[in-house]
Amino acid sequence: MVALRELTTEERWAPGHRMCTGCGAAIGMRMAMKALRGPTIVVNATGCVEVTSTPFPYTAWRIPYAHIAFENAAAVASGIEGAFKAMERKGTWKGKVDVIAIAGDGGTFDIGIQALSGALERGHDFVYLCYDNEAYMNTGIQRSGATPKGASTTTSPAGKVIPGKPEWKKDLIGICVAHGIPYAATASVAYWNDYITKLRKAIEVDGPAVVHVLTPCPLGWRHDPSQTIRLARLAVQTCYFPLYEVVEGKYSLSIKVPKPLPVLEFLKEQGRFAHLLRPEFEKELAAIQEGVDKNWQRLLRLSGASE
Amino acid sequence: MGEVRGLTGDEAVAYAVKQCDVDVVSAYPITPQTIIVERFSEYVANGEVKTEFICVESEHSAMSACIGASLTGARTFTATCSQGLALMHEMLYIASSLRLPIVMAVANRALSAPLNIHGDHSDMMGSRDCGWVQIYAENVQEVYDWIIQAFRLAEDPELSMPVAVNLDGFTITHCMEGVEVLDDETVAKFLPPRKPLYTLDPSKPITVGAWATPEYYMDLKRQEAFALESAKGKLLEVTREYARFSGRKYGILESYGMEDAEAAVLCLGSTAGTVRAMAKELRAKGEKVGTVKLWLYRPFPMEELIEALRGVKALVVMDKACSFGAPYGPLCSDVLATFQRFGLRIPTMNAIYGLGGRDVRPMDLSFIFNEALKIAKTGEVSKPMIFLGVRE
Repeated sequence: MVALRELTTEERWAPGHRMCTGCGAAIGMRMAMKALRGPTIVVNATGCVEVTSTPFPYTAWRIPYAHIAFENAAAVASGIEGAFKAMERKGTWKGKVDVIAIAGDGGTFDIGIQALSGALERGHDFVYLCYDNEAYMNTGIQRSGATPKGASTTTSPAGKVIPGKPEWKKDLIGICVAHGIPYAATASVAYWNDYITKLRKAIEVDGPAVVHVLTPCPLGWRHDPSQTIRLARLAVQTCYFPLYEVVEGKYSLSIKVPKPLPVLEFLKEQGRFAHLLRPEFEKELAAIQEGVDKNWQRLLRLSGASE
Repeated sequence: MGEVRGLTGDEAVAYAVKQCDVDVVSAYPITPQTIIVERFSEYVANGEVKTEFICVESEHSAMSACIGASLTGARTFTATCSQGLALMHEMLYIASSLRLPIVMAVANRALSAPLNIHGDHSDMMGSRDCGWVQIYAENVQEVYDWIIQAFRLAEDPELSMPVAVNLDGFTITHCMEGVEVLDDETVAKFLPPRKPLYTLDPSKPITVGAWATPEYYMDLKRQEAFALESAKGKLLEVTREYARFSGRKYGILESYGMEDAEAAVLCLGSTAGTVRAMAKELRAKGEKVGTVKLWLYRPFPMEELIEALRGVKALVVMDKACSFGAPYGPLCSDVLATFQRFGLRIPTMNAIYGLGGRDVRPMDLSFIFNEALKIAKTGEVSKPMIFLGVRE
């Protein structure tokens, strides 16, 4: 854990970017840039962070930054990491350069999963940071593989008969851990210390590391922009988004939640779940609570913690 | 005279890449390109190169990793063809728009469906507008020489553009020829280390791949088009320099018999050898025929082509790709657009040939030359576009 006073005052993610008021991802980027240990290159997939930070001829990045496309942040990072290895071998470059690939949930869970899987399997020494706002927010709130069950998006709208997205969210960390990588963790912008500490660990570990950070989106979740951090905390306290890390395959909970709040506490403040409060969708709400409980039990079991 | 080695086209690519001291090779296997990556993997496994070989999970990632590597200032290479090139399509435009001097060998192969692993130019022609310099080689010697020249051309700081070297699937990739190779020191002298203008250097942070509004986008594209046009002049400089080192002189196109030809045949790649052989036969019989082979396809060498063809009365353009729904095959469309631009009227027939590896026999080419001579005599093009040797 880091002390607040130890954090760098340097802002490598500069103010003046065009993120929305109360954007969780913007907070997540600013914090991430305080976890760096030295020379770093950022590769960014197409998405909210990219379009708001690099409107030509401006940039919010005070470190080397490359945006190439939507689905290939991990592949581009592979090339950068490989190039420095080769150049160091030849003596044309000296010193370690950390490489961080940053992508949203669409660029990670869906279109970028192949490139991510390939890069993890090949064992490149890089960090993959997924900021998860649980839908394609940049293009106007379409559902992704990270959108939770029951959420209403523009492509999984809550209608008269269908209560939002019918499918569960993918287990990203489970997928990554299955590659046998040395480090993977979830994080929330409400727990800044936990998040920054994890990202720093991810940078320091040799080999691929994945950090999956939940970043509320006032626009897509339809909540008051002043509530971003509170919702990011409620997500953890309701066990909707548990915080844990997996070191060399071993799970451990980062934030223990002895008495989880009902998931309704998290859902009820967001417009994307408003329809779940309607009596006809009562069963859906119960199913979500059941799913959250099951996942929490699974994590307790995996981390060897008692209930 | 340098050392002569027996090499297939694919092996010649791998050998040239090895000699070019490439920093990063990122590739995914696809027939008939596979031998390139297999041979190169052996160089890596035997410690003969210091290259980082990134054996990726798709061609899309191959080009993505090349883009990342090239951004750091590394010398970067990949190879692919067919479905693989099609999968890369998105990334090809980004590589050229970011002005990254990546060199790629394209082992030209047909596109599905139906599935076909044999040679034609549908793959590269499908991506011909991607902003890359595009070169077509006729034989294994040319493949070897062009790969080395391609790095020098691509990495010229004033150009800084990716270059694709095309070699016909199987016809060149899998055929062994005696290839005169340079020694490593000569290649190193011809091709000094890359000196990029901008890189992802932590001590000098830059942002790459910003998004641009309509206010800027179009001007940036104009700059890109302008830069690609300049590749022609750079290519001539590079080939002149290469001739000094190798004794082999390349250029923009190669003509045969064009000083007095009345009927000409124009093509790309390996077919040029057979076309030339047929032209020789016919010239021995007193027919005034000639051939033109383009080494450089993009940027399209308009002036040189006009210069070469100005005197002919008839032309057959051979396209090893079909541009579905278009008036002509891709090469012929470019040729006729060039004629229009320069106010030249040459009766021209387009022959679509060799799709999916359909063999081009001397009798097929004899038919082509006869058509050309007929057109030269009558000035009439009765069939503007034919599919050569097809059952109909």
